[in-house]
Amino acid sequence: MKRKSAKKLAVLAAGAMLLLAGCGSNNGNNAAGSGSGQPTESGASQPVSGSASPAASGDVIKVGILHSLSGTMAISEVSVRDAELMAIDEINAAGGVLGKQIVPIVEDGASDWPTFAEKARKLLTDDKVATVFGGWTSASRKAMLPVFEELNGLLWYPVQYEGMEKSPNIFYTGATTNQQIVPAVDWLLENKGKKFYLLGSDYVFPRTANMIIKAQLKAKGGELVGEEYTPLGATDYSTIISKIQAAKPDVVFNTLNGDSNVAFFKQLKDAGITSDKLTTMSVSVAEEEVRGIGADVLAGHLTAWNYFQSIDSPENKKFVDAYKAKYGADRVTDDPIEAGYTAVYLWKEAVEKAGSTDVDKVKEAAKGLEFDAPEGKVKIDGDNQHLYKVARIGEAQPDGQFKELWNSGDAVKPDPYLETYDWAAGLSDSSQ
Amino acid sequence: MSVWLVQMFNSLSVSSILLLIALGLAITFGLMNVINMAHGELIMIGAYTAYVMQNLFADYFPASWFGAYFILAIPAAFCVTFLAGLALEAGLIRFLYGRPLDSLLATWGVGMVLQQLARTIFGAPNVGVKSPEWLNGGLSLGGGVLPYKRLFIIGLVLVTLIAMYLYIYRSAAGRRMRAVMQNRQMAACLGISTRRVDAITFAVGSGIAGVAGCALSLLGPIGPSLGTYYIVDAFMVVVLGGVGKLLGTVAGALGMGVFNTYFEFWTNASLGKVLVFACVVAFLQWKPQGLVAMRTRSLD
Repeated sequence: MKRKSAKKLAVLAAGAMLLLAGCGSNNGNNAAGSGSGQPTESGASQPVSGSASPAASGDVIKVGILHSLSGTMAISEVSVRDAELMAIDEINAAGGVLGKQIVPIVEDGASDWPTFAEKARKLLTDDKVATVFGGWTSASRKAMLPVFEELNGLLWYPVQYEGMEKSPNIFYTGATTNQQIVPAVDWLLENKGKKFYLLGSDYVFPRTANMIIKAQLKAKGGELVGEEYTPLGATDYSTIISKIQAAKPDVVFNTLNGDSNVAFFKQLKDAGITSDKLTTMSVSVAEEEVRGIGADVLAGHLTAWNYFQSIDSPENKKFVDAYKAKYGADRVTDDPIEAGYTAVYLWKEAVEKAGSTDVDKVKEAAKGLEFDAPEGKVKIDGDNQHLYKVARIGEAQPDGQFKELWNSGDAVKPDPYLETYDWAAGLSDSSQ
Repeated sequence: MSVWLVQMFNSLSVSSILLLIALGLAITFGLMNVINMAHGELIMIGAYTAYVMQNLFADYFPASWFGAYFILAIPAAFCVTFLAGLALEAGLIRFLYGRPLDSLLATWGVGMVLQQLARTIFGAPNVGVKSPEWLNGGLSLGGGVLPYKRLFIIGLVLVTLIAMYLYIYRSAAGRRMRAVMQNRQMAACLGISTRRVDAITFAVGSGIAGVAGCALSLLGPIGPSLGTYYIVDAFMVVVLGGVGKLLGTVAGALGMGVFNTYFEFWTNASLGKVLVFACVVAFLQWKPQGLVAMRTRSLD
């Protein structure tokens, strides 16, 4: 008898707790989003609980920030969130947007693509945010795209990607292929050699990027000597390095993502292959990843981006100094970090030009908008909602920074479907 | 010719890495039947110990001594994860003996807590561990280069294996452990403290995971998600090899390493892994006990 009544009590207590939790969650659920703290972060904006009021009511405007704060992609995305929060703080200090303070609501995609879609929906429907800054992997963006198109939300996506997309509800502040990969391949063909070995992680971005590179090589007289894909998170590259050595390429075009880059470069160096013997060009290795890989391991290898921390301009100096002051002197800035920062400012300018946070009005106002970003002057292309960006190629230095070897001079017009390149005809249909 | 030589070496190296990460699990899962999903995170703790040791040496010792940090890091990693294993066993595993599914869930939770703890203490991005100078470079042999780091890991695995063998089969403590494993009640009747033996066994298994993590910091990333990359392979090796015998784990690691390397060389990395797992599944259908089955007199 005693046991039965104890069980009943336990069930009642559990039920009561569930009821209380259910009532409480409407007000308190957003605090969890920022919980996975950073030891070096100071003064980041505190997120506010999401009550069901429209985005720009009262004297605050709510925006969503949706990045992986845990899981394998956290190594890259946490810093982008930091940059976006810094931009929001700066804008708030300067008076906010339309006279109202911006309140960020930070959510964790947890490196899990369905979670990104779920959190995006929550930000748009429950918190009714004016816009969302987020995503990193193409998988996360593709998971969020239908949500934003269905609910007519606005997403600012700050990472370079494989192109072949121009959603009406996404602004792409990272490079598309013709602003990063295509100029890099051209430069390599002119300066380093014709034989290419393509190595990438096995998901949509490297596969699409390699499709484009293969078409470009065919058109420009390059030669493909190998193409390999490894699962995301693979850590053993001994066999791949043997294959690369057997194929004897001039260039290895590296589209590996995440922790695989650390393993690959460490093992490449162990095998005695240094950057003078074999040129590698990476498109997913930036200043942030150099710390994990080791500057001595990466020295001499090449990367293609639109922004390097070493860019010598007053806007960049101000940006880097502010970032280091806020988050620690040993932090670095890189292309996606800068793209996230620029996205917030571009949205602010579009809202002020439109006079409202309404998505359609902001989209209309954003066409042709210009901004002096740390990477240089950028302009939003109204046709495809991408940015005009300068393409750059940098060489890793022993101090962890990148020295710019080449840049495209003028900002390159974004062409996500590669319509201006005749060798790319037929690619855009096959990638869908 | 040199490609074949290097590939043979690569398969040996991959096997040694698999063995290193699976040895600790072979003890906790194989000998104690506890499914420890936090094993990957114990590996991560070992890797972070190497990072902390490197920073200590960089800050407090003269630069010429820097290369020695790694030698100290290995026993340090063993000690740290030994203590972590003791704590885990006393706090959680102790209540879950004989309940493998519950221990799986509970240790999965502990693993996530440890990952987030690592993110909070060390930050989310990967941390850099500079390998000591004496490990850089490689042995040039017949046109190929055999990296010293991989040779070191093979050596470390052999030393660990011998140490394990001596501990389990040649020491009094090991005899007690085998007694408890083979017949718990009889061992208790004979005066062996099964509580203490369980705790030490689990802690030793965790310690070996720490050593594995320290060694793996030479080859791969050191970040909070490090454990997730190795946990699946570790369980595969232990199950394939057969629970209960160290020789089985060695055989399992060798088998998986060799097959993985060769499949990967003939096809590609993703397909290679698929083929290896398919082979393992097929093999386990035929011989569910694994490569080296343990025969006991007990009924279970």
